[in-house]
Amino acid sequence: MAKHIQTIVKANLSATVKTGGCGNCQTSCQSACKTSCTVGNQVCVK
Amino acid sequence: MLNFKELEGYNFKKNVHCFQQGDLLIGYDVNSGSIHLLDEETFLILKTLEDVNSTEGHLSQEALEKALRLAGNFTHNETVSEILVELEELRQEGTLFSGEPEQIAAVYPEKPIVKAICLHVAHDCNLRCEYCFAGTGAFGGSRTLMDLETGKRGIDFVLAASRHRDHCEVDFFGGEPLINFGVVKALVDYGKKAARAQNKTIKFTLTTNGVLLNEEIQNFLEEEEISVVLSLDGRPEIHDRMRPHADGRGSYGEVVPRIQQFTSLRPKTSPYAIGTYYYVRGTYTHFNCDFDRDVLHMADLGIQQISVEPVVAGPQDPYAFQEGDLAKIYEAYDRLGEAILERRAQGRGFNFFHFNVALDNGPCLHKRLSGCGAGHEYVAISPEGDLYPCHQFVGQEAFRLGSLYDQDPLELKADLVREFRTANIYAKPTCQDCWARFACSGGCHAANTAFTQKLTEVYELGCKLQRKRLEVALYVKIKEIQQNCDEL
Repeated sequence: MAKHIQTIVKANLSATVKTGGCGNCQTSCQSACKTSCTVGNQVCVK
Repeated sequence: MLNFKELEGYNFKKNVHCFQQGDLLIGYDVNSGSIHLLDEETFLILKTLEDVNSTEGHLSQEALEKALRLAGNFTHNETVSEILVELEELRQEGTLFSGEPEQIAAVYPEKPIVKAICLHVAHDCNLRCEYCFAGTGAFGGSRTLMDLETGKRGIDFVLAASRHRDHCEVDFFGGEPLINFGVVKALVDYGKKAARAQNKTIKFTLTTNGVLLNEEIQNFLEEEEISVVLSLDGRPEIHDRMRPHADGRGSYGEVVPRIQQFTSLRPKTSPYAIGTYYYVRGTYTHFNCDFDRDVLHMADLGIQQISVEPVVAGPQDPYAFQEGDLAKIYEAYDRLGEAILERRAQGRGFNFFHFNVALDNGPCLHKRLSGCGAGHEYVAISPEGDLYPCHQFVGQEAFRLGSLYDQDPLELKADLVREFRTANIYAKPTCQDCWARFACSGGCHAANTAFTQKLTEVYELGCKLQRKRLEVALYVKIKEIQQNCDEL
Protein backbone atom coordinates (compact mmCIF):
# COMPACT_ATOMS: atom_id res chain seq x y z
CA MET A 1 0.00 0.00 0.00
CA ALA A 2 1.28 3.45 -0.88
CA LYS A 3 2.61 5.40 2.06
CA HIS A 4 1.90 8.94 0.97
CA ILE A 5 -1.01 8.78 -1.48
CA GLN A 6 -4.26 6.89 -1.14
CA THR A 7 -6.31 6.54 -4.30
CA ILE A 8 -10.00 6.91 -3.52
CA VAL A 9 -11.44 6.75 -7.01
CA LYS A 10 -9.70 5.29 -10.02
CA ALA A 11 -11.49 6.58 -13.11
CA ASN A 12 -10.86 6.87 -16.81
CA LEU A 13 -13.03 9.68 -18.07
CA SER A 14 -10.90 10.33 -21.15
CA ALA A 15 -11.66 6.83 -22.42
CA THR A 16 -15.36 7.69 -22.70
CA VAL A 17 -14.48 9.75 -25.77
CA LYS A 18 -14.54 6.40 -27.57
CA THR A 19 -17.31 4.64 -25.66
CA GLY A 20 -19.80 7.46 -24.96
CA GLY A 21 -21.99 9.83 -26.87
CA CYS A 22 -25.10 7.66 -27.20
CA GLY A 23 -27.27 10.66 -26.31
CA ASN A 24 -29.81 8.64 -24.34
CA CYS A 25 -29.17 10.41 -21.07
CA GLN A 26 -31.62 12.80 -19.50
CA THR A 27 -31.46 16.43 -20.51
CA SER A 28 -29.64 18.42 -17.89
CA CYS A 29 -30.38 22.01 -16.99
CA GLN A 30 -27.34 24.08 -16.08
CA SER A 31 -29.28 27.03 -14.70
CA ALA A 32 -30.05 27.81 -11.12
CA CYS A 33 -33.78 27.91 -11.60
CA LYS A 34 -34.47 24.32 -12.54
CA THR A 35 -33.26 21.41 -10.56
CA SER A 36 -33.91 18.89 -13.26
CA CYS A 37 -30.37 17.59 -13.44
CA THR A 38 -27.03 19.27 -13.93
CA VAL A 39 -24.28 17.40 -15.72
CA GLY A 40 -21.99 17.06 -12.72
CA ASN A 41 -24.43 14.99 -10.74
CA GLN A 42 -25.92 12.92 -13.48
CA VAL A 43 -25.29 9.22 -13.88
CA CYS A 44 -24.71 7.49 -17.18
CA VAL A 45 -27.77 5.52 -18.27
CA LYS A 46 -25.78 3.09 -20.39
CA MET B 1 11.00 8.14 -9.53
CA LEU B 2 8.76 10.58 -11.31
CA ASN B 3 9.67 10.68 -14.97
CA PHE B 4 10.34 14.38 -15.51
CA LYS B 5 10.84 13.95 -19.19
CA GLU B 6 7.32 12.64 -19.65
CA LEU B 7 5.95 15.68 -17.87
CA GLU B 8 7.74 18.29 -19.92
CA GLY B 9 5.22 20.73 -21.34
CA TYR B 10 2.42 19.40 -19.13
CA ASN B 11 -0.05 22.03 -17.96
CA PHE B 12 -0.38 21.09 -14.30
CA LYS B 13 -2.68 23.89 -13.24
CA LYS B 14 -5.53 23.00 -15.58
CA ASN B 15 -5.16 19.23 -15.27
CA VAL B 16 -4.53 18.54 -11.58
CA HIS B 17 -6.35 20.30 -8.77
CA CYS B 18 -4.97 19.99 -5.25
CA PHE B 19 -6.94 21.52 -2.42
CA GLN B 20 -7.67 21.29 1.26
CA GLN B 21 -11.22 20.80 2.43
CA GLY B 22 -11.86 20.21 6.11
CA ASP B 23 -9.12 17.91 7.36
CA LEU B 24 -8.47 16.33 3.97
CA LEU B 25 -5.81 17.11 1.38
CA ILE B 26 -7.23 16.11 -1.97
CA GLY B 27 -5.72 15.62 -5.41
CA TYR B 28 -8.20 15.58 -8.31
CA ASP B 29 -6.94 14.43 -11.69
CA VAL B 30 -9.16 16.32 -14.10
CA ASN B 31 -8.82 14.26 -17.28
CA SER B 32 -9.25 10.82 -15.73
CA GLY B 33 -11.62 11.94 -12.96
CA SER B 34 -9.52 10.06 -10.39
CA ILE B 35 -9.32 11.23 -6.79
CA HIS B 36 -6.46 10.80 -4.35
CA LEU B 37 -5.93 11.58 -0.70
CA LEU B 38 -2.53 13.12 -0.09
CA ASP B 39 -0.34 13.40 2.96
CA GLU B 40 1.10 16.79 3.88
CA GLU B 41 4.43 16.29 2.14
CA THR B 42 2.87 15.14 -1.12
CA PHE B 43 0.40 18.03 -1.00
CA LEU B 44 3.29 20.41 -0.53
CA ILE B 45 5.23 19.00 -3.48
CA LEU B 46 2.18 19.12 -5.76
CA LYS B 47 1.29 22.66 -4.68
CA THR B 48 4.85 23.74 -5.34
CA LEU B 49 4.64 22.19 -8.82
CA GLU B 50 1.40 24.07 -9.36
CA ASP B 51 2.98 27.38 -8.29
CA VAL B 52 5.98 26.87 -10.56
CA ASN B 53 3.63 25.94 -13.39
CA SER B 54 1.58 29.11 -12.80
CA THR B 55 4.68 31.24 -13.11
CA GLU B 56 6.12 29.45 -16.11
CA GLY B 57 2.98 28.37 -17.99
CA HIS B 58 3.86 24.67 -18.24
CA LEU B 59 6.20 22.16 -16.67
CA SER B 60 9.81 21.95 -17.82
CA GLN B 61 12.72 19.90 -16.48
CA GLU B 62 14.10 23.06 -14.80
CA ALA B 63 10.71 23.89 -13.31
CA LEU B 64 10.34 20.41 -11.86
CA GLU B 65 13.79 20.51 -10.34
CA LYS B 66 13.13 23.96 -8.92
CA ALA B 67 9.89 22.70 -7.34
CA LEU B 68 11.67 19.79 -5.74
CA ARG B 69 14.44 22.03 -4.41
CA LEU B 70 11.78 24.25 -2.83
CA ALA B 71 9.96 21.25 -1.39
CA GLY B 72 13.28 19.79 -0.23
CA ASN B 73 13.80 22.83 1.97
CA PHE B 74 11.14 21.59 4.35
CA THR B 75 10.96 17.84 3.62
CA HIS B 76 13.54 15.07 4.06
CA ASN B 77 15.14 13.93 0.83
CA GLU B 78 14.21 10.34 1.58
CA THR B 79 10.54 11.30 1.88
CA VAL B 80 10.69 13.27 -1.38
CA SER B 81 12.12 10.20 -3.11
CA GLU B 82 9.33 7.96 -1.78
CA ILE B 83 6.71 10.43 -2.96
CA LEU B 84 8.25 10.67 -6.40
CA VAL B 85 8.06 6.90 -6.75
CA GLU B 86 4.37 6.91 -5.83
CA LEU B 87 3.64 9.81 -8.17
CA GLU B 88 5.29 7.95 -11.02
CA GLU B 89 3.15 4.85 -10.34
CA LEU B 90 0.01 6.95 -10.58
CA ARG B 91 1.28 8.69 -13.69
CA GLN B 92 1.88 5.34 -15.34
CA GLU B 93 -1.55 3.99 -14.47
CA GLY B 94 -3.12 7.21 -15.83
CA THR B 95 -4.75 8.41 -12.61
CA LEU B 96 -2.50 11.44 -12.08
CA PHE B 97 -0.92 13.79 -14.59
CA SER B 98 -3.16 12.12 -17.14
CA GLY B 99 -3.19 13.51 -20.65
CA GLU B 100 -5.91 15.71 -22.03
CA PRO B 101 -8.50 13.78 -23.99
CA GLU B 102 -8.58 14.07 -27.70
CA GLN B 103 -10.60 17.18 -28.59
CA ILE B 104 -13.71 15.80 -30.12
CA ALA B 105 -15.91 17.88 -32.32
CA ALA B 106 -19.42 16.62 -31.82
CA VAL B 107 -20.97 15.40 -35.03
CA TYR B 108 -24.56 16.54 -35.35
CA PRO B 109 -27.11 15.75 -38.02
CA GLU B 110 -28.15 18.74 -40.09
CA LYS B 111 -31.51 19.00 -38.36
CA PRO B 112 -31.31 18.96 -34.56
CA ILE B 113 -32.68 16.03 -32.58
CA VAL B 114 -34.82 17.70 -29.92
CA LYS B 115 -35.61 15.20 -27.19
CA ALA B 116 -36.84 17.49 -24.42
CA ILE B 117 -39.24 20.40 -24.23
CA CYS B 118 -40.24 22.83 -21.54
CA LEU B 119 -43.89 23.67 -21.98
CA HIS B 120 -44.77 27.06 -20.55
CA VAL B 121 -48.36 26.19 -19.85
CA ALA B 122 -48.92 29.35 -17.81
CA HIS B 123 -47.34 32.75 -18.17
CA ASP B 124 -49.03 33.74 -14.99
CA CYS B 125 -48.32 33.06 -11.36
CA ASN B 126 -50.11 33.19 -8.03
CA LEU B 127 -46.95 34.46 -6.33
CA ARG B 128 -44.81 37.54 -6.96
CA CYS B 129 -41.32 36.29 -6.20
CA GLU B 130 -38.83 39.16 -6.07
CA TYR B 131 -36.09 37.39 -7.99
CA CYS B 132 -38.26 35.77 -10.66
CA PHE B 133 -36.41 35.75 -13.99
CA ALA B 134 -39.81 35.42 -15.64
CA GLY B 135 -40.85 38.91 -14.50
CA THR B 136 -43.13 37.41 -11.80
CA GLY B 137 -44.51 34.93 -14.30
CA ALA B 138 -45.36 36.93 -17.41
CA PHE B 139 -41.93 36.76 -19.10
CA GLY B 140 -42.15 40.38 -20.12
CA GLY B 141 -45.40 39.82 -22.01
CA SER B 142 -49.02 39.62 -21.00
CA ARG B 143 -50.30 37.05 -18.51
CA THR B 144 -51.52 34.18 -20.66
CA LEU B 145 -52.23 30.46 -20.44
CA MET B 146 -51.31 27.87 -23.06
CA ASP B 147 -54.34 26.37 -24.78
CA LEU B 148 -54.73 22.64 -25.31
CA GLU B 149 -54.17 22.84 -29.07
CA THR B 150 -50.77 24.50 -28.64
CA GLY B 151 -49.80 22.00 -25.95
CA LYS B 152 -50.71 19.09 -28.22
CA ARG B 153 -48.66 20.62 -31.02
CA GLY B 154 -45.76 20.83 -28.55
CA ILE B 155 -46.05 17.12 -27.76
CA ASP B 156 -46.28 16.28 -31.47
CA PHE B 157 -43.22 18.45 -32.05
CA VAL B 158 -40.99 16.62 -29.54
CA LEU B 159 -42.17 13.19 -30.67
CA ALA B 160 -41.25 14.10 -34.26
CA ALA B 161 -38.11 16.14 -33.53
CA SER B 162 -36.67 13.39 -31.30
CA ARG B 163 -36.60 11.19 -34.42
CA HIS B 164 -34.89 7.83 -33.63
CA ARG B 165 -34.64 8.58 -29.89
CA ASP B 166 -37.13 6.53 -27.87
CA HIS B 167 -37.16 8.63 -24.71
CA CYS B 168 -38.56 12.15 -24.67
CA GLU B 169 -38.95 14.59 -21.80
CA VAL B 170 -41.70 17.12 -21.25
CA ASP B 171 -41.52 19.60 -18.40
CA PHE B 172 -44.56 21.63 -17.36
CA PHE B 173 -43.31 25.03 -16.38
CA GLY B 174 -44.53 28.56 -15.91
CA GLY B 175 -45.21 30.94 -14.28
CA GLU B 176 -47.09 28.47 -12.18
CA PRO B 177 -48.21 25.47 -14.27
CA LEU B 178 -50.90 24.37 -11.81
CA ILE B 179 -52.87 27.51 -12.68
CA ASN B 180 -53.53 25.66 -15.93
CA PHE B 181 -53.98 22.20 -14.38
CA GLY B 182 -56.78 21.17 -16.76
CA VAL B 183 -54.46 21.53 -19.74
CA VAL B 184 -51.62 19.75 -17.90
CA LYS B 185 -53.92 16.81 -17.18
CA ALA B 186 -55.16 16.61 -20.76
CA LEU B 187 -51.63 16.85 -22.15
CA VAL B 188 -50.35 14.00 -19.99
CA ASP B 189 -53.15 11.82 -21.30
CA TYR B 190 -52.57 12.95 -24.89
CA GLY B 191 -48.78 12.62 -24.61
CA LYS B 192 -48.83 9.11 -23.22
CA LYS B 193 -51.16 7.88 -25.95
CA ALA B 194 -49.28 9.66 -28.74
CA ALA B 195 -45.92 8.35 -27.49
CA ARG B 196 -47.24 4.79 -27.20
CA ALA B 197 -48.51 4.94 -30.77
CA GLN B 198 -44.95 5.70 -31.88
CA ASN B 199 -43.28 3.17 -29.54
CA LYS B 200 -41.78 5.98 -27.54
CA THR B 201 -42.01 7.08 -23.90
CA ILE B 202 -42.34 10.54 -22.42
CA LYS B 203 -40.98 11.34 -19.01
CA PHE B 204 -43.01 14.18 -17.51
CA THR B 205 -41.84 16.65 -14.88
CA LEU B 206 -43.60 19.62 -13.32
CA THR B 207 -42.16 22.60 -11.49
CA THR B 208 -44.49 24.21 -8.95
CA ASN B 209 -44.52 26.68 -6.08
CA GLY B 210 -46.84 24.35 -4.15
CA VAL B 211 -49.66 26.84 -3.53
CA LEU B 212 -52.22 24.79 -5.48
CA LEU B 213 -50.82 21.37 -4.68
CA ASN B 214 -53.98 19.92 -3.16
CA GLU B 215 -54.71 16.23 -2.65
CA GLU B 216 -56.40 15.81 -6.01
CA ILE B 217 -53.32 17.15 -7.81
CA GLN B 218 -50.94 15.18 -5.59
CA ASN B 219 -52.82 11.97 -6.41
CA PHE B 220 -52.72 12.79 -10.10
CA LEU B 221 -48.95 13.35 -10.00
CA GLU B 222 -48.50 10.08 -8.14
CA GLU B 223 -50.72 8.04 -10.42
CA GLU B 224 -49.15 9.43 -13.57
CA GLU B 225 -45.61 9.10 -12.16
CA ILE B 226 -44.72 12.71 -12.82
CA SER B 227 -41.50 13.98 -11.30
CA VAL B 228 -41.93 17.21 -9.40
CA VAL B 229 -39.70 20.14 -8.49
CA LEU B 230 -41.16 22.16 -5.61
CA SER B 231 -40.03 25.64 -4.61
CA LEU B 232 -39.18 26.53 -1.02
CA ASP B 233 -36.47 28.92 0.11
CA GLY B 234 -36.01 27.71 3.67
CA ARG B 235 -36.72 29.51 6.94
CA PRO B 236 -40.12 31.26 7.10
CA GLU B 237 -38.71 34.79 7.17
CA ILE B 238 -36.37 34.06 4.25
CA HIS B 239 -39.05 32.40 2.15
CA ASP B 240 -41.73 35.01 2.83
CA ARG B 241 -39.42 37.92 2.07
CA MET B 242 -38.76 36.70 -1.48
CA ARG B 243 -41.87 34.63 -2.26
CA PRO B 244 -44.96 36.67 -1.36
CA HIS B 245 -48.45 36.72 -2.85
CA ALA B 246 -49.51 39.71 -4.97
CA ASP B 247 -50.95 41.35 -1.83
CA GLY B 248 -47.66 40.95 0.03
CA ARG B 249 -48.68 38.00 2.22
CA GLY B 250 -46.00 35.37 2.66
CA SER B 251 -46.57 31.91 1.20
CA TYR B 252 -44.53 29.76 3.61
CA GLY B 253 -47.47 28.81 5.86
CA GLU B 254 -49.48 27.59 2.91
CA VAL B 255 -46.91 25.70 0.91
CA VAL B 256 -44.95 23.90 3.62
CA PRO B 257 -47.72 21.47 4.71
CA ARG B 258 -48.43 20.66 1.07
CA ILE B 259 -44.79 20.09 0.25
CA GLN B 260 -44.38 17.91 3.34
CA GLN B 261 -47.46 15.90 2.45
CA PHE B 262 -46.34 15.39 -1.13
CA THR B 263 -42.69 14.57 -0.44
CA SER B 264 -43.72 11.99 2.15
CA LEU B 265 -45.35 10.05 -0.70
CA ARG B 266 -41.94 9.55 -2.30
CA PRO B 267 -39.56 8.42 0.42
CA LYS B 268 -37.41 6.43 -2.00
CA THR B 269 -36.85 9.18 -4.54
CA SER B 270 -33.48 9.10 -6.33
CA PRO B 271 -30.96 11.85 -5.57
CA TYR B 272 -29.74 11.44 -9.15
CA ALA B 273 -33.15 12.24 -10.61
CA ILE B 274 -33.69 8.71 -11.86
CA GLY B 275 -37.22 7.40 -12.27
CA THR B 276 -40.03 9.37 -10.67
CA TYR B 277 -38.48 11.81 -8.27
CA TYR B 278 -39.05 15.00 -6.36
CA TYR B 279 -36.72 17.81 -5.47
CA VAL B 280 -37.42 20.73 -3.22
CA ARG B 281 -35.45 23.67 -4.44
CA GLY B 282 -34.79 27.13 -3.16
CA THR B 283 -32.85 30.20 -4.14
CA TYR B 284 -30.42 32.00 -1.87
CA THR B 285 -29.65 35.67 -2.27
CA HIS B 286 -27.61 38.43 -0.64
CA PHE B 287 -30.17 38.32 2.18
CA ASN B 288 -29.30 34.75 3.20
CA CYS B 289 -25.67 34.04 2.47
CA ASP B 290 -25.98 31.71 5.48
CA PHE B 291 -28.25 29.54 3.35
CA ASP B 292 -26.92 26.39 5.01
CA ARG B 293 -29.38 27.23 7.79
CA ASP B 294 -32.19 27.19 5.22
CA VAL B 295 -31.09 23.82 3.90
CA LEU B 296 -31.01 22.40 7.42
CA HIS B 297 -34.40 23.95 8.12
CA MET B 298 -35.82 22.05 5.14
CA ALA B 299 -34.16 18.85 6.30
CA ASP B 300 -35.76 19.40 9.71
CA LEU B 301 -39.13 19.57 7.94
CA GLY B 302 -38.48 15.99 6.79
CA ILE B 303 -37.51 16.86 3.23
CA GLN B 304 -34.88 14.45 1.86
CA GLN B 305 -33.99 15.86 -1.56
CA ILE B 306 -32.93 19.47 -1.34
CA SER B 307 -31.39 21.94 -3.70
CA VAL B 308 -30.69 25.55 -2.81
CA GLU B 309 -29.02 27.57 -5.50
CA PRO B 310 -27.54 31.05 -5.94
CA VAL B 311 -29.71 33.78 -7.40
CA VAL B 312 -28.66 35.17 -10.77
CA ALA B 313 -29.30 38.91 -10.56
CA GLY B 314 -28.19 42.19 -12.03
CA PRO B 315 -26.13 44.57 -9.87
CA GLN B 316 -29.11 46.92 -9.53
CA ASP B 317 -31.19 44.30 -7.71
CA PRO B 318 -31.18 44.68 -3.92
CA TYR B 319 -30.94 40.91 -3.46
CA ALA B 320 -27.92 40.57 -5.80
CA PHE B 321 -24.69 39.36 -4.21
CA GLN B 322 -22.37 42.11 -3.08
CA GLU B 323 -18.70 42.38 -2.38
CA GLY B 324 -17.91 40.39 0.71
CA ASP B 325 -20.72 37.89 0.17
CA LEU B 326 -18.49 35.34 -1.52
CA ALA B 327 -16.50 34.55 1.64
CA LYS B 328 -19.74 34.09 3.58
CA ILE B 329 -21.13 31.81 0.87
CA TYR B 330 -17.97 29.68 0.86
CA GLU B 331 -18.26 29.31 4.63
CA ALA B 332 -21.89 28.29 4.26
CA TYR B 333 -20.93 25.50 1.82
CA ASP B 334 -18.17 24.39 4.22
CA ARG B 335 -20.59 24.26 7.14
CA LEU B 336 -23.20 22.48 5.05
CA GLY B 337 -20.74 19.77 4.03
CA GLU B 338 -19.90 19.09 7.67
CA ALA B 339 -23.56 19.18 8.73
CA ILE B 340 -24.54 16.65 6.07
CA LEU B 341 -21.82 14.25 7.18
CA GLU B 342 -22.79 14.67 10.81
CA ARG B 343 -26.47 14.01 10.11
CA ARG B 344 -25.72 11.00 7.94
CA ALA B 345 -23.60 9.53 10.71
CA GLN B 346 -26.55 10.02 13.04
CA GLY B 347 -28.87 8.23 10.62
CA ARG B 348 -30.83 11.34 9.65
CA GLY B 349 -29.14 12.15 6.37
CA PHE B 350 -30.54 14.03 3.38
CA ASN B 351 -29.27 14.86 -0.07
CA PHE B 352 -28.07 18.24 -1.18
CA PHE B 353 -28.27 18.37 -4.95
CA HIS B 354 -25.00 20.14 -5.62
CA PHE B 355 -23.00 17.77 -3.45
CA ASN B 356 -24.11 14.77 -5.47
CA VAL B 357 -21.32 13.73 -7.78
CA ALA B 358 -21.38 10.39 -9.52
CA LEU B 359 -17.69 9.65 -9.12
CA ASP B 360 -17.30 6.53 -11.20
CA ASN B 361 -20.58 6.36 -13.08
CA GLY B 362 -20.93 9.92 -14.26
CA PRO B 363 -21.75 11.00 -17.78
CA CYS B 364 -19.36 10.47 -20.67
CA LEU B 365 -17.08 13.18 -21.96
CA HIS B 366 -19.38 13.97 -24.89
CA LYS B 367 -22.10 14.97 -22.45
CA ARG B 368 -19.70 16.89 -20.24
CA LEU B 369 -18.47 19.02 -23.11
CA SER B 370 -21.79 20.39 -24.17
CA GLY B 371 -23.88 20.49 -21.00
CA CYS B 372 -27.58 21.11 -21.18
CA GLY B 373 -28.23 20.91 -24.92
CA ALA B 374 -30.32 24.09 -24.92
CA GLY B 375 -31.18 25.27 -28.41
CA HIS B 376 -30.69 21.94 -30.13
CA GLU B 377 -31.60 19.02 -27.83
CA TYR B 378 -33.87 20.97 -25.55
CA VAL B 379 -36.25 23.85 -26.34
CA ALA B 380 -38.83 25.85 -24.44
CA ILE B 381 -42.26 26.64 -25.83
CA SER B 382 -44.19 29.78 -24.90
CA PRO B 383 -48.00 29.76 -24.41
CA GLU B 384 -48.28 31.15 -27.95
CA GLY B 385 -46.24 28.26 -29.37
CA ASP B 386 -42.99 30.15 -29.95
CA LEU B 387 -39.80 28.11 -29.59
CA TYR B 388 -36.73 29.29 -27.65
CA PRO B 389 -33.42 27.63 -26.68
CA CYS B 390 -34.54 27.25 -23.07
CA HIS B 391 -37.01 28.57 -20.52
CA GLN B 392 -34.74 31.47 -19.59
CA PHE B 393 -34.66 32.83 -23.14
CA VAL B 394 -38.43 32.83 -23.57
CA GLY B 395 -39.67 36.24 -24.69
CA GLN B 396 -36.29 37.37 -26.07
CA GLU B 397 -36.92 37.93 -29.76
CA ALA B 398 -33.25 37.55 -30.73
CA PHE B 399 -33.38 33.99 -29.46
CA ARG B 400 -36.65 32.90 -31.05
CA LEU B 401 -36.03 29.64 -32.92
CA GLY B 402 -39.40 29.33 -34.64
CA SER B 403 -43.02 28.53 -33.87
CA LEU B 404 -45.27 25.49 -33.58
CA TYR B 405 -47.53 27.31 -36.01
CA ASP B 406 -44.87 27.64 -38.73
CA GLN B 407 -45.45 25.63 -41.87
CA ASP B 408 -42.70 23.24 -40.75
CA PRO B 409 -42.12 23.65 -36.99
CA LEU B 410 -39.14 21.30 -37.17
CA GLU B 411 -37.31 23.85 -39.30
CA LEU B 412 -35.56 25.74 -36.49
CA LYS B 413 -33.47 28.87 -37.13
CA ALA B 414 -30.29 27.23 -38.35
CA ASP B 415 -27.73 29.88 -37.35
CA LEU B 416 -29.07 30.00 -33.80
CA VAL B 417 -29.01 26.22 -33.50
CA ARG B 418 -25.42 26.23 -34.75
CA GLU B 419 -24.44 28.88 -32.22
CA PHE B 420 -25.81 26.85 -29.32
CA ARG B 421 -24.40 23.56 -30.60
CA THR B 422 -20.91 24.93 -30.80
CA ALA B 423 -20.94 26.80 -27.47
CA ASN B 424 -19.16 23.94 -25.68
CA ILE B 425 -16.28 24.17 -23.25
CA TYR B 426 -13.67 24.17 -26.00
CA ALA B 427 -15.26 27.32 -27.42
CA LYS B 428 -15.04 29.14 -24.05
CA PRO B 429 -11.55 30.49 -23.36
CA THR B 430 -12.10 30.60 -19.58
CA CYS B 431 -13.25 26.97 -19.48
CA GLN B 432 -10.29 25.64 -21.38
CA ASP B 433 -7.96 26.24 -18.44
CA CYS B 434 -10.40 25.53 -15.63
CA TRP B 435 -10.00 22.38 -13.54
CA ALA B 436 -13.79 22.12 -13.07
CA ARG B 437 -14.54 22.11 -16.80
CA PHE B 438 -15.76 18.51 -17.07
CA ALA B 439 -18.08 18.83 -14.07
CA CYS B 440 -19.63 22.17 -14.94
CA SER B 441 -19.72 21.90 -18.73
CA GLY B 442 -19.41 25.62 -19.26
CA GLY B 443 -22.24 26.79 -17.06
CA CYS B 444 -25.66 28.12 -17.96
CA HIS B 445 -26.03 29.69 -21.43
CA ALA B 446 -28.67 32.11 -20.16
CA ALA B 447 -26.55 33.33 -17.24
CA ASN B 448 -23.50 33.62 -19.49
CA THR B 449 -25.29 35.72 -22.10
CA ALA B 450 -27.06 37.83 -19.46
CA PHE B 451 -23.72 38.86 -17.97
CA THR B 452 -21.39 38.86 -20.95
CA GLN B 453 -23.74 39.14 -23.97
CA LYS B 454 -21.91 36.12 -25.42
CA LEU B 455 -22.54 32.40 -25.34
CA THR B 456 -18.82 31.75 -25.22
CA GLU B 457 -17.94 34.02 -22.30
CA VAL B 458 -18.74 32.90 -18.78
CA TYR B 459 -20.56 34.34 -15.77
CA GLU B 460 -17.61 34.48 -13.42
CA LEU B 461 -19.41 34.49 -10.08
CA GLY B 462 -21.20 31.35 -11.22
CA CYS B 463 -17.79 29.77 -11.95
CA LYS B 464 -16.49 30.58 -8.48
CA LEU B 465 -19.54 29.07 -6.82
CA GLN B 466 -19.41 26.01 -9.04
CA ARG B 467 -15.77 25.34 -8.14
CA LYS B 468 -16.46 25.73 -4.44
CA ARG B 469 -19.46 23.38 -4.59
CA LEU B 470 -17.41 20.80 -6.41
CA GLU B 471 -14.62 20.91 -3.83
CA VAL B 472 -17.07 20.36 -0.98
CA ALA B 473 -18.92 17.69 -2.99
CA LEU B 474 -15.69 15.71 -3.52
CA TYR B 475 -14.85 16.07 0.16
CA VAL B 476 -18.27 14.80 1.25
CA LYS B 477 -18.00 11.85 -1.13
CA ILE B 478 -14.54 10.89 0.13
CA LYS B 479 -15.71 11.10 3.74
CA GLU B 480 -18.66 8.88 2.90
CA ILE B 481 -16.42 6.32 1.24
CA GLN B 482 -14.15 6.35 4.30
CA GLN B 483 -17.15 6.01 6.59
CA ASN B 484 -18.46 3.03 4.62
CA CYS B 485 -15.03 1.36 4.74
CA ASP B 486 -14.89 1.84 8.51
CA GLU B 487 -18.27 0.18 8.87
CA LEU B 488 -17.20 -2.91 6.90
